[in-house]
Amino acid sequence: MTEMELQLRGKQELKGKEQTKPGPVFVPSVDIFETEQEITLLADMPGVASDRVSIDLNEDQLTLTGDVEAQGAEKERVLLREYETGRFQRSFTVSDRIDQGKITASMSDGVLRLVLPKAEKAKPRRIEVKVG
Amino acid sequence: MAILRWRPGTFGWHRDPFAEVESLHREMSRLMDSLSGAWRGVTAAGVFPALNVSEDRDNLYVRAELPGVSAKDLDISVQDDNLVIKGERRIAAESKGVSYHRREREAGTFQRIISLPTRVDGGKVTAVCKNGVLTVTLPKAAEAKPRQIAVTTG
Repeated sequence: MTEMELQLRGKQELKGKEQTKPGPVFVPSVDIFETEQEITLLADMPGVASDRVSIDLNEDQLTLTGDVEAQGAEKERVLLREYETGRFQRSFTVSDRIDQGKITASMSDGVLRLVLPKAEKAKPRRIEVKVG
Repeated sequence: MAILRWRPGTFGWHRDPFAEVESLHREMSRLMDSLSGAWRGVTAAGVFPALNVSEDRDNLYVRAELPGVSAKDLDISVQDDNLVIKGERRIAAESKGVSYHRREREAGTFQRIISLPTRVDGGKVTAVCKNGVLTVTLPKAAEAKPRQIAVTTG
């Protein structure tokens, strides 16, 4: 497999939604994939510790919020600033096929892994067709 | 065909024939700058990863956001007055039979060389990668620190 050089994609700011706290809000990049059992969501949220993530599931709206701890640059003189830091937020609409009580989340190296198991009745059930 | 308003001296040689074009050019660049005013801060160099560099009296700090990159995927070195940050971002392959809805995260190698504004003590450089944020602390070399000079009256 050839190795690819990563290109810089600037952090996207979330526009249009107002927050209660001031400060920039960014949209994390996510990968979403599903198997027959569950839907998995991986979100890039660098600088967010596992206790600063909040996951809200409201009816069918899933909202991920990550608060960034300050990168310690208050007392320092800035020489170069190529990126801003701020909280992360992204919302998704999930169908009601998710078993909401069994959602699990883990955080590692700034990547959030959210596993949403599908509700029992949503798992595809094969129906046997008998000849006869 | 453009219609030029006739003014005294329009075709005279004592008037700079390019003045009109230049003022139009200036107006256009001013318009373009105001359109891109939605950008916050400095434009990044366009190379991954984006870096924030800051300093205090004793150290130089270089920070980068590298989600999903752990310490073992990084190769950081200091050569003369340059800091080299190299590494690879891997995305773990998932089990077979997954169907993707969205694929926004990218994997690949990256390298960034940044020239340092002051001399640093190469042997004392430390780097920490926590929660996907890399912080490299470079202590300034003794001769690069500002030295206070006492002023005596006399």
